[in-house]
Amino acid sequence: MKFSERWVREWVNPRNDTESLVNQLTMAGLEVDSVQSVSGKLENVVFAEIISIDSHPNAENLKICLVSTGSEELQIVCGAPNAVPGIRVALACIGAVLPSGEKIKETTLRGTKSFGMLCSERELGLSEDHSGIAEFSIDIPVGVSIYEYLNLNDFIIDVDLTPNRGDCLSILGIAREVGFINGIDIKRPDFSSFKAEVDDEQKVELVCRDCPKYIGQVLKGIDRNASTPIWMKEKLRRAGMRSVDPVVDVTNYVMLELGQPLHAYDFDKLKGKISVRKSTELEKIRLLDGNEIAIEQGSVLITDEAGPIGLAGIMGGQRTSVSASTKSVFLESAFFLPISLSGKARAHGLSTDASHRFERGVDWEGQELALARAIQLLQEIAGGEVGPVTKELNKESLPKARTVKLRQAQIERVLGISVEKSKVETIFSRLGFVAKFQGSRSEKLWEALIPSHRFDINLEIDLIEEIGRSFGYDQLPSRTLSANLEISPSSGNHSLQKKIAGHLVSRGYNEAITYSFIDAQTSKLLNPEANIIDLANPLSSEMSTMRASIWPGLLKAVSYNLNRQRDRIRLFEIGLCFSIKNNGESLSLQNIKQEKKIAFVATGQKNPENWTSESDEIDFYDLKGDLESILLFAHVDRRIRFVRSSSSALHPGQSADILIGEKKCGTLGRLKARIQKELGLREKVFLCEIDLSCLGSGRVVQSKMLSKFPEIRRDLSFIVDEKIEVSEITSIVKRCSALLKDLIIFDVYQGEGIDLNRKSIGLGLTFQEASRTLTDVEVDTAVFNIVDNLRTKLGAELRE
Amino acid sequence: MATLENILGRAKKDIISANDLTSLDLTRIKYLGKKGELSALLKELGKLPPEERPSQGALINEQKKELVELLEVRKLEIRARVEEDKEKSEFIDITLPGIGPSTGALHPITQVLNRIENFFSAVGFSVVEGPEIEDDYHNFEALNIPKHHPARAMHDTFYFNKELLLRTHTSPVQVRVMEEQKPPIKIICPGRVYRVDQPDPSHLPMFHQVEGLVVDTNVTFADLKGMIIQFLRAFFEKEGLEIRFRPSYFPFTEPSAEVDVSCVNCDGKGCRVCSHTGWLEVMGSGMVHPRVLEYAGINSEEYTGLAFGMGPDRLAMLRYSISDLRYYLDNDLRFLDQFR
Repeated sequence: MKFSERWVREWVNPRNDTESLVNQLTMAGLEVDSVQSVSGKLENVVFAEIISIDSHPNAENLKICLVSTGSEELQIVCGAPNAVPGIRVALACIGAVLPSGEKIKETTLRGTKSFGMLCSERELGLSEDHSGIAEFSIDIPVGVSIYEYLNLNDFIIDVDLTPNRGDCLSILGIAREVGFINGIDIKRPDFSSFKAEVDDEQKVELVCRDCPKYIGQVLKGIDRNASTPIWMKEKLRRAGMRSVDPVVDVTNYVMLELGQPLHAYDFDKLKGKISVRKSTELEKIRLLDGNEIAIEQGSVLITDEAGPIGLAGIMGGQRTSVSASTKSVFLESAFFLPISLSGKARAHGLSTDASHRFERGVDWEGQELALARAIQLLQEIAGGEVGPVTKELNKESLPKARTVKLRQAQIERVLGISVEKSKVETIFSRLGFVAKFQGSRSEKLWEALIPSHRFDINLEIDLIEEIGRSFGYDQLPSRTLSANLEISPSSGNHSLQKKIAGHLVSRGYNEAITYSFIDAQTSKLLNPEANIIDLANPLSSEMSTMRASIWPGLLKAVSYNLNRQRDRIRLFEIGLCFSIKNNGESLSLQNIKQEKKIAFVATGQKNPENWTSESDEIDFYDLKGDLESILLFAHVDRRIRFVRSSSSALHPGQSADILIGEKKCGTLGRLKARIQKELGLREKVFLCEIDLSCLGSGRVVQSKMLSKFPEIRRDLSFIVDEKIEVSEITSIVKRCSALLKDLIIFDVYQGEGIDLNRKSIGLGLTFQEASRTLTDVEVDTAVFNIVDNLRTKLGAELRE
Repeated sequence: MATLENILGRAKKDIISANDLTSLDLTRIKYLGKKGELSALLKELGKLPPEERPSQGALINEQKKELVELLEVRKLEIRARVEEDKEKSEFIDITLPGIGPSTGALHPITQVLNRIENFFSAVGFSVVEGPEIEDDYHNFEALNIPKHHPARAMHDTFYFNKELLLRTHTSPVQVRVMEEQKPPIKIICPGRVYRVDQPDPSHLPMFHQVEGLVVDTNVTFADLKGMIIQFLRAFFEKEGLEIRFRPSYFPFTEPSAEVDVSCVNCDGKGCRVCSHTGWLEVMGSGMVHPRVLEYAGINSEEYTGLAFGMGPDRLAMLRYSISDLRYYLDNDLRFLDQFR
C-alpha cells in the first residue's frame, strides 16, 4: 500500500525523520518496499491570478496574459485554451525550476516577451494532465509557493503488507502502528454523523449471511459542477489513485483514510429495495468498467428489484453508477465476511482496492464512522442534503467482540524471555487491548479483549507475537540450540546419490537441472508407453506434462549446447519422474509413482579435444563403462544383466535393458536415428537412465582371503559365428572349471584371416587354487574342458 | 722396464681421461688385462730375489686394487653422465596440457544444497525428502492455510485436479515427518518446488528450497535466532555478518520472521544487488504454529517447534555472483563448467 508520509503524520507525528520512520515500520513487520519523493524540484512556482487576456498579434493560438502574484504583475505568453481571466493558476517565475528539471527564463514568443510560464498539472508533476494550465481554487491566496502550499516536501511510502495485516490497509491503520511503536496516541480527525435533513431513504434487506452489516445514506441534490479540492487530489495521487470526480474521490479517500471500502450509487437509478443475496445460475452484470461478465454461482451480489447492481465488495455495476448527471447518491458502507469474498474477485478476473481489503478483512465496527466521514466530506465539496441512515444487521454472522487468554509463562516458553506483568500490560494498552489479569499461585494469566480492527488476533500465540513485536525481534535474546546428541541412522540412499553424482563428475559429466514438466510431444516420442500426468494449468504447452523420464530434459540441454558449438557433451541429472500406476483408476497420490532416477547422456568424442591425434567418437561401450562404474558403488555388479532392449526410443541393435536379478532397473543405448533427427540433433547421442531405488543403499563388502599360491594365466582365442554374444561364451566358460578365478575379454576381431560371418574372441583365463599350487596337468585339463564345451555348445574353434 | 710408479701414474691419468665406457675398458685391459702392464709386472716378480718378492707382490696387488676401485668409480661417473646426457635429449614441452577425460561439475544449486546440508548434518539434523506431487492437505490445510486463505494467492499453484498439485514449498515434508515421527525432531528438507511464474531473471516456475524443523520440549525463538545467526555467518563465511529479524507472516509459523543479512556484495553500503537498501532477504523463519503441531498430532502444550526456509537458488546467486536465474535451467556448458 502506498501512502503519503504527511498524511500519516497528520494522525500521529513521532519526532523522527523519514528514514527512521521507515525503518520502524519495516522492523515492526510492515515491510517498506520503497520511499519516493512526492515531487521533483519545484522552486519559484507560485499561485497567481490571471487579470486580463489579450490576443497575440502574431499568433492565433497564443494569448498574452497579465498575471498577478500580489506583489507584481507580469506579462506571460500562454497557449492554453483554458486561460481566462479570474482563475487561479500556477506561475513559474523567471528562475523557477520544474520537476522535469526545466529552468524558466525570460523569452520572446513571436515578438512578445514572456516573463515566466503558466504550468499544466503535468509540468507541476501533479498528474498526467497536459490539456491546459492547472486551475486551482480561488480561495488560495496569490503569491504563495505551490511547493509549500501543497506540502510537496513529502514522501510516498510503499509498504508490502502481509495478508494477516489487513487492518493496516489505511492511514488509520498505519497511524495506529506508528503510535504503537512510538508509544504515542493518535489524533482522530473530528467528525460526527448528521441528522437527517431530508426523508429520502433507501430500503435494504440482507438475504444471505455473508453480509452481516450494511449501512447507507442518501445525499440529495449534489452540485455536479463541484470539483475535488486540490488537497484531496494530492492525497489520492500520493496513494497512487487518480482523481475522477468528487463522489468517487470521496469514497476512495475514505477507504484510504479509514480502510472501509464504500460504494456510491446513483440514487435515482436504483429500482426499489436493495437486496444482498447469493447469485443464482446464469446471472450477468455489466460492471463499472464497462465489461459484461457472467457471475460465478455463489457470489455475493448487491441487487435492486431490476437485477444485480454490484458484485459485493468487488465492483459496482454500470446501470446504477454515478455519472455527470447524478443528482443524488446513495452511499453504501457494508461489512462482508472475508471467507465469503475470498477468491471471488480472482474468479472473475478482477482485483480491486475494495476486494483486496474485504478479502483480508476490515474492521467490522468501522462502517458507521466511514459513512459519516464520507457524507461530511462530500457535503463539504458538493453540498446536498442528507437522509436518514439505513442500517441492516445480520447479528448471527456479525463477528463478536472476543477475549483471548494469555498465560504469562507461555511468553517465556515461546520467546525465551520472561516479561514482567507491568510490561505486558503496557503493551496491551498501547495496542488498545483491554486486559484483565488473574493471578493464582500456579498460573498468572490475562484475558484480553481484542478491538474489532485486530481480527488477526485469535489465539494466545497471536498475543505472544505482539509482545515479541513490541520488543522488536532484534531485541529478543538468542542462544545456541541444544539438543540430544542422538546418532540416527542416516538416509543411505541420499549418500549413495551424492557418491554417484561425484563419480560422474570425475568421469567428465556436468550436472544439469531440467524442468520437471516437459512438452507432451517429446514425452510421447521418448516414452510412448508411460502413463503420463498432465498439469491442469500449465504455463505453456512446452511445460504441460510431468516427465516420466529425465531424457527429454537432458536431450533439450544437449540440443541447446550443440547449437552453441559444443560438440562434446556429457550431462547427468538426478530427480523425480512421474507416472500413473493404474491408468484406469482416478488420479490420487496413491496412484502416482514418483520415482527418483538418475540419467546421463553423452555425445561427441571419447576424450576432450587435445593435441594428440586421438579422436574416437564415443560408442555404446563408453556409456556402459560409465554405468558399470556407478553400479560398483551399489555393489550390485554380480547380479546385473544386460539384455537387448525393446525401447522404441533407442537403436534396436545398440541398446540394453539393465536387469538386477529379474527386475528391470534401467535402460541404456543409442538414441534412435529417427528420433535424433526429429529432435534436430546432428550428432549421435547415447543415453542411460536407472531407478535409484533399485540400487538400494549398497551392501557392505565381505572380503575374501588372498591366496598365497601363484596364478596361472592362459590366453585362448576362439572363432565363433558373429551372431554369438560374448555373454553366451563367458557363461559356459565360468561353468567349466572351479579353478577359474578370473575371465577377461582381451580381443574381439573380425576381418582378414577370419571367415566372413565369423569373429575371433580372445579370452584371458586366470586359474588359481586357494590352498596349493596348481599343476600344469590340472590347468591343461580345465582348458581342454573349456575348449571342448565351447566347441560342442557353440561350434567355437580354437584359433591357433 | 717401466717402474710401478710410472705405470700407476699413467694408469690414473688414463682412467681420468677416459670419457666413455669403451675407452675405460681399454684402459682396464691396458693395465689390468692378462697382458696388461701390471700383470706383466707381476709376472716379473719371479726375477726378483726371493726375499723381495712378498713385499713387492703385496705392493703391486695393493696398487692393482686401487686401480680397480678407481676404474669402478670412473665407470659410475661415466654411466651417470651418459644417463644425464640421454635425459637431456629427452626433454619435452612441459607446458603442453595434460591428456585424459575432462572433469565435470556439480550444478551450483547442488553445491549450495550440499553446503547447507553439511552444516546441519554436522549438528545432528537428518536430511529428508518428500514427494513433489502433493495433496492439498499437506501443502496447505495442514500448514494452517485453509481454502480461500489470502496466503494461497502468494502461492500461485500448479494443479493436476482439485486435490493434487505440485508442492509450492518443501513444508509438506515437515508435515509428513511430524505425522510419522515423535519429537524430538531435527530435520532439513531440500528439494524442488513449483509456482506459476513465467521465467525471467528473478523468477522461475521451478526452483529449490531447504526447510528446517526442530520440535522439542524446550525450543524457543531465542534458539531460532541463535541457530540462524550461526548458520548464516558460516554460510557466508563472515564472522561479524549483520543479521536482522523482521516480523512477518507465514500461516504455519507464529511468531514469524523474515531474516535479512547486510548485503554481502557491498557490505551494507547499498548497491544494485540489494536494491540500495543495504539488506538482503535470505530466509523466512518462525516458531511452528501450534495449530500445525496439533494437525500433525503433536501436543503443542508439551512441545514447541522452530522452522526456517531458504532458497538455494538465490543463495547460489549471491555466492557465485549469478545475475539471472534462467542460467540454472539452460544447462549451458559454458555456465556449468565454471563451477568445477
